[in-house]
Amino acid sequence: MANLRIEHLNKRYGATTVLNDVNLSIGDGEFVVLVGPSGCGKSTLLRMIAGLDGASGGDIHIADKLVNTLAPAERGIAMVFQSYALYPHMNVRKNMTFGLKFTGVPPTERERRVAKAARMLRLEELLERYPRDLSGGQRQRVAIGRAIVREPAVFLFDEPLSNLDAALRVSTRVEIANLHRLLKSTIVYVTHDQVEAMTLADRIVVMNKGCIEQVGKPLDLYYEPANLFVAGFIGSPAMNFFEAEVGGIEGGRARVAGTAFRNFDMPAASLKVGDALTVGVRPEHLVRGGAGPFLAEGIVELVERLGEASFAYLRRVDGRIFVAEVRGRQTPAPGETVTLVAASPDVHVFDALGLRVAT
Amino acid sequence: MTTDQRARSIGVHLVLIAYSLLAVGPILLVVMNSFKVRSAIFGSPLAPPDASTFSLVGYEKVFRSSHILTYYSNSLIVTLVSMALVLLFGAMAAWALTEYRFRGSTALALFLSIGIMVPIRLGSVAILNMMRSAGLNDTLTALVLVYVAQGLPMSIFILSEFIQQIPKDLRDAARCDGVPETRIFFEVVAPLLRPAIATVAVFTIVPIWNDLWFPLILTSSDSTHTVTLGVQQFLGQYITDWNSVLAALSMAILPVVVIYVILSRQLIAGLTSGAVK
Repeated sequence: MANLRIEHLNKRYGATTVLNDVNLSIGDGEFVVLVGPSGCGKSTLLRMIAGLDGASGGDIHIADKLVNTLAPAERGIAMVFQSYALYPHMNVRKNMTFGLKFTGVPPTERERRVAKAARMLRLEELLERYPRDLSGGQRQRVAIGRAIVREPAVFLFDEPLSNLDAALRVSTRVEIANLHRLLKSTIVYVTHDQVEAMTLADRIVVMNKGCIEQVGKPLDLYYEPANLFVAGFIGSPAMNFFEAEVGGIEGGRARVAGTAFRNFDMPAASLKVGDALTVGVRPEHLVRGGAGPFLAEGIVELVERLGEASFAYLRRVDGRIFVAEVRGRQTPAPGETVTLVAASPDVHVFDALGLRVAT
Repeated sequence: MTTDQRARSIGVHLVLIAYSLLAVGPILLVVMNSFKVRSAIFGSPLAPPDASTFSLVGYEKVFRSSHILTYYSNSLIVTLVSMALVLLFGAMAAWALTEYRFRGSTALALFLSIGIMVPIRLGSVAILNMMRSAGLNDTLTALVLVYVAQGLPMSIFILSEFIQQIPKDLRDAARCDGVPETRIFFEVVAPLLRPAIATVAVFTIVPIWNDLWFPLILTSSDSTHTVTLGVQQFLGQYITDWNSVLAALSMAILPVVVIYVILSRQLIAGLTSGAVK
């Protein structure tokens, strides 16, 4: 178990920059999820922590030790790959002990660790089987087992669930959460699935185009996204955005004016008249007949019924579409005009650079 | 299956059957006639041996009058040692060229691919001079060296393709596990290359075993002759003793067939199934 510190990390392939000045500090025993769209550099960052890819600049410390020049095996990490990467010609037991042979773990200790990991992951019956005879979920558990027996300081997971079917993904997700509770180890976990990120993480790192956009607790990212990218990335369906500008400033209050919603006031702070703004409201925060500063009207185009909720796709005055979540059995009919309101903490305002402005 | 597909399938099979007959026919002819008396070989060359024409005279003569066992063991030694070296060095070179980027790796790969395009026989005179000055004239070592050089480029080429198909995650996983690079090659990569190695082995063995040219120019004494060269003496010495020639040839065919049968079992696809989804 150990902390992990990344300072000014850069990665370039020729002229393309994959990671740009990444700084991140992860505490002992923390479960951190790196999330972002494909190509954002999250997997590269993980591989650099593992030592599989070299850095173009910057430092990585594991357990307060600079590991830049250390080989993967010397860093005290264990990695679980998306493809599981089990050795196909070795049975489960051999898969788990193979690496231990080379790191000076005596045979009796190897057996003890395998037995412990097998019990933890319910692999006891599978130890003599070969990977080709295992199901996807079992292979995934073996891959995790192979990481556990190394007793690493930091676990690295690279999209471990994306090859599993939906039901298995949920149960394995729970298992990983339990495992973290049991082992209390530091985990860095890469995924593009925000549900995985929200459910598993102590803290989420949202990445985009090789940069960290925001680091924070799952609910903080959801309720207080630092910028437009995070606001649009976290949450499903995605947040609705409305173009706006500062219509006027009076008595320390700025008037947020737009075509597709009713104008409202917010603290002016450093805003100036004419500044471009973006107003964001999540579909689940738009309610019919509530009270709040934000009010928008739309004509229902389509209603998606999911059971616990329905999503109404509405056409705004300016012709674009926004989404509102509707609860209960009474869903609006297509063609109906609906007025939706959002309360003040649920209305997010971003400036011209896409950064959050306090409302 | 539509009639169109059926017609095409029949057409394809006709071509394949014709090709098989063409390839197997001469071999059958050689083996069949090696068990017949001389008059029957010429009288009815296409007939299988029957009670009146059956004879082992060719085999008796071969064993009595020549060093066939020496030739045989020479051929086996040269072929197997060459094959082992080609596979070992070929796989290691292929691994190095595909897995590591180093200064000159592209140039080296290009240089090796020249070996595929230029037949080694073009260098016969230079090879002969080289072997003579190295004191390796009339030794099996000379043959092995030439055959390794002949077989390496193609084996590196084929094995590189196969190594690229081995999931990169496997090597990364082994590295995270702390497995040293040499052990990654021998214990993770090499076992997965088994089908490829069998393929390369067959491609390597057949031309070496059948080669007449290099034993002819590099060996001069009976103790270093190979089977293919040894057979030639029946053509000269006895003025075409067909019984002996055919018997010796039949025996020369046998090991290649045996090796092929053994290795073809190794040509199992799907060995990597289960490694990655």
